[in-house]
Amino acid sequence: MADFTSEQKDIKKAAREFAEGVFREVARELDEKEEFDDRIWKKAAELGFLGVFIEEKYGGAGYGYVEQCLIMEEFARVDLGIAHALDSVFFGSQIIQVIGTEEQKQEYLPGVCSGKTRMGMAITEPDAGSDVASITTTAVKEGNEYVITGNKMFITNATVADFLVVLCVTNPNASKKHERLSTIMVETNRPGYEANKLKGKLSLRCSNTGEVTLNNVRVPKKNLLGEEGKGFYNIMEFFNRSRIQVAAFGVGTAQGALDKSIAHVRQRQQFGQPLAAFQIIQAKIADMATLAEAARSLLYRAASKIDDGDVDPALISMAKWYCGEVAVKVADEAIQIHGGYGILQEYDVEHYWRDAKVIEIFEGTKEIEKILIARKILGRY
Amino acid sequence: MDIIVCIKRVPEVAEIDLQVDQTGKSIKEEGLVFGVNDWDNYAVEEAVRIKEKHGGKVTAITVGSAESEEVIRRALALGADEAVMVTDPQADGSDAYAIAKVLAAAIKEIPYDIILTGVLADDDGCAQVGVTLAELLGIPHATLVTAIEIEEKQVKIKRELEGGMEEELVVATPALFTIQSGINEPRYVSIMGIRKVAKKEVATRDLGTLGLSPNQVGPAGSFTTVERIFPPPVGEGAQILEGSSDEVATKVMDVFQKGGVI
Repeated sequence: MADFTSEQKDIKKAAREFAEGVFREVARELDEKEEFDDRIWKKAAELGFLGVFIEEKYGGAGYGYVEQCLIMEEFARVDLGIAHALDSVFFGSQIIQVIGTEEQKQEYLPGVCSGKTRMGMAITEPDAGSDVASITTTAVKEGNEYVITGNKMFITNATVADFLVVLCVTNPNASKKHERLSTIMVETNRPGYEANKLKGKLSLRCSNTGEVTLNNVRVPKKNLLGEEGKGFYNIMEFFNRSRIQVAAFGVGTAQGALDKSIAHVRQRQQFGQPLAAFQIIQAKIADMATLAEAARSLLYRAASKIDDGDVDPALISMAKWYCGEVAVKVADEAIQIHGGYGILQEYDVEHYWRDAKVIEIFEGTKEIEKILIARKILGRY
Repeated sequence: MDIIVCIKRVPEVAEIDLQVDQTGKSIKEEGLVFGVNDWDNYAVEEAVRIKEKHGGKVTAITVGSAESEEVIRRALALGADEAVMVTDPQADGSDAYAIAKVLAAAIKEIPYDIILTGVLADDDGCAQVGVTLAELLGIPHATLVTAIEIEEKQVKIKRELEGGMEEELVVATPALFTIQSGINEPRYVSIMGIRKVAKKEVATRDLGTLGLSPNQVGPAGSFTTVERIFPPPVGEGAQILEGSSDEVATKVMDVFQKGGVI
């Protein structure tokens, strides 16, 4: 892809200024307390940073995934926990925009862009993570309603979302396992919805994660998102658009850790000269910068293809896996370069290392991503 | 109330170890992140706030390289209505006086009631462009401005003085004010602002279109030229105390006692 346009550069710069001005001074405190400050959410929404790929008629900016990734890269460069909390506000809007009815788009999308509502996706269950098709939460039709029962695990925004897209079994007798599922919108204020916040996380500590119990939750049939029996495929379409933002998290995390390392090696003196004067340190910085730049290239090529209407699941999986791994490697080297100071919270670098790890896990583990990539190349075995 | 706000693109220098370049007269720019001068950011915000309260038009002006367009677009995204960018390689090496001449020439064609600039720039720290521009335009000015209140055909302003004092002045318009940081809380650039800017034209000018000759700007048109820049020599007499907080505190007390402070 070509270089970014002036407009895209302006967006990146605006996101950088917002993250530097607002995140940096509160990030460590929020991380420690495992709490988010909703004023950051409201401000980010007011400035238009949330869901920029959503069409203007539904409250978005009418940009694409490249622009959303530029924003998330800059947010994650300062703090991934806050970046994730903000990204999660519209987590699921990607699929509503693709398969939602006109009525659903008008009902659910403007609020997540304007900061009135938060959403989330409820896919994973205690016994079904990577094995998505084996979920057991059921949605049984009764008259004009679905009655939903089951448990969901590691659900972002579980205790703060206004509504979730829930993956349920609606067609248990379908011959193919993948055709038993449907995606259904569930408002969290409906009777029978319960959620508990999960605490003690290694990564994304200020972002809300929880477990959800759905106990005979009744929703109208109009809450069905897409067609019945197509839920698995809807989720895959969703991941094709959401994983690219996770890749942006990886690039931002790597860049943030690299920035810290560059500043440190210029200032820290050992053996009578700055660390930057040692070739072994220069090689580390060169490695880190090259990895980050390669990840960035892959990320924006995959994102721009989505915006061009040419969704390439294998390329998206490559970006998601590789950017996550680069974040882990670069953050690890950043700690190494900082030495003892690297493990001290006040040096503001250890969080990149903690946060990087989850990028290799959520929204498709790197192992699953590799399976998807290999399947594209080799076919099914 | 029509307002002109003069802005400058400068490198972000906080937490950066700047390096002198090969000419010895400038800094190495590789790897530096550039943005709008911090004081100018307050000036843009103040201009937009005055416009939002009293109506009128805000025009942002910069003199600099083609890359300076980014700070102009940023000002437009924040609420400026029009923008003028003066870019001409022959203006390189201009001092504050020469830059003020370029600005004065560009401003001739724009109606205004007040002109705002930052007190000084993050990079050269001269604090001269604003006041020199006011002199060239023959209008009153006030520096280190910490508050602006618009009245009929005059402006009431507060200035920062030494010793924690402030003074209040009434200034007849047209006038120029150099804005002190902290006068307001600048807003962040919004996505909506950026969208709006994408459809806007930035008027560009060079020396020819402004009616300036090359010898009026650059080193030839300047009163001062940079001989060299350098980090100040390390002074003597400093003592760095090392150890845990408790150990350092004990050592500090020791120094104070030996020096007769306590």
